[in-house]
Amino acid sequence: MSGVRVLVGTHKGAFVISSDGKREKWDVSGPHFSGWEVYHVKASPADPNRLYASQNTGWFGQLIQRSDDGGKTWAPVGNKFAYEGEPGTHLWYDGTPRPFEFKRIWHLEPSLDDPDMVYAGAEDAALFRTTDGGQNWHELAALRQHKTAPNWAPGAGGMCLHTILLDRSHPGRIFAAISAAGTFRSDDAGTTWRPINSGLKSEGIPNPDAEAGHCVHRIAMHPSRPNVLFMQKHWDVMRSDDSGESWEEISGNLPSDFGFPIDVHPHEPDTIYVVPIKSDSEHVPPDGKLRVYRSRTGGNEWEALTRGLPQRDCYVNVLRDAMAVDTMESCGIYFGTTGGQVYASRDAGDNWEAIVRDLPKVLSVEVQTLK
Amino acid sequence: MIRVLLPTHLKKLAQVDGEVRLQPEGEVTQRSVLDALEAHYPMLRGTIRDQTTFQRRAFIRFFACEQDLSNESPDAPVPPEVRSGAEPFMVVGAMAGG
Repeated sequence: MSGVRVLVGTHKGAFVISSDGKREKWDVSGPHFSGWEVYHVKASPADPNRLYASQNTGWFGQLIQRSDDGGKTWAPVGNKFAYEGEPGTHLWYDGTPRPFEFKRIWHLEPSLDDPDMVYAGAEDAALFRTTDGGQNWHELAALRQHKTAPNWAPGAGGMCLHTILLDRSHPGRIFAAISAAGTFRSDDAGTTWRPINSGLKSEGIPNPDAEAGHCVHRIAMHPSRPNVLFMQKHWDVMRSDDSGESWEEISGNLPSDFGFPIDVHPHEPDTIYVVPIKSDSEHVPPDGKLRVYRSRTGGNEWEALTRGLPQRDCYVNVLRDAMAVDTMESCGIYFGTTGGQVYASRDAGDNWEAIVRDLPKVLSVEVQTLK
Repeated sequence: MIRVLLPTHLKKLAQVDGEVRLQPEGEVTQRSVLDALEAHYPMLRGTIRDQTTFQRRAFIRFFACEQDLSNESPDAPVPPEVRSGAEPFMVVGAMAGG
């Protein structure tokens, strides 16, 4: 029997929320790792029972947890994230160089075909990989050692590598996005990297067209059309049709082009979703209305999706890793808020309901479609 | 036998109730106590001290015999009462945050 499993990371633990294929009744399990920040939980596409979770606190540091039974039980695996060689420096808020220092794992991206291989995006920005199910982690250091790295600077949330995209049709191709450095691509499994930020314009940096330094919040890709990338930048929603070689703005008629998450419909590669946020200084929805915006034209023309979402007095945020889609025939869209709600739509965004309402601040949402 | 008291989160992580009892090798110091603790409970590696530099994490404190030993040398002997097992070596999550 088919079903879905929603993996939610929050400020105070992880939750696994399950339903059958109808997606009408939901079973909430958790909190797992209660009291710890769980930045991300993600399943292996190659083994639906294999899950990885990033668990952290300021007191006790970073742990990685692994489940081999779909989230029923968990066990800690390796948690040594050591930068390769000299850590080097990046720019600090006051403009001085500051050594890279490991703080936490923001994002876990399991390999598309090997349950034991996982990529991990770190703050301070670096990319790690395990090939033994999380026991040992090694840095793919060429990214952090890129010539632009000494000029990378932390965004307000820290200098995090928050997005990792793998491309099944181009083995060895990895996209990584860093706040505030921009988007980078490797075509050789992480051995070399180059910035792919041409066309981005950021007024918050001295040279708006700089090769690196852009505050990219999230990038998304449809697996059937991996050369097309969508980006929610600090300000501006962007699109690339050439694997990131160039970008054009597709913000169109959005009420605000500031926001964090962006995702793609699982069956319609030109249907995309964002959640506009009023501004970088306020981090709340415009007019107190929580609205997902959908474009069925690959950008520029957007429609507000409001049915079932609060349309007054709503001042939550939706963070960059907190939106996901399932692959059911009538596709499900899911997102979590800083107010602890997880909203789901089982009709591609036309109608929404909260499947859970009072969790801690939601940091991430992922969805598994179970056959 | 050395008695070590862990904070709640680390007890849960190590799956222990109450105190941990350890027999460190050689002279009983902070370092040898933590070495023995991590050898018995490898899931605690990195949660009390950095795995590369072995520096105490910023919000971890070490208390024993009503003294704060956090800033003592890791190679200094622990108090005799801890060595004899009369008093526990306490790993404490510092009061920080809200």
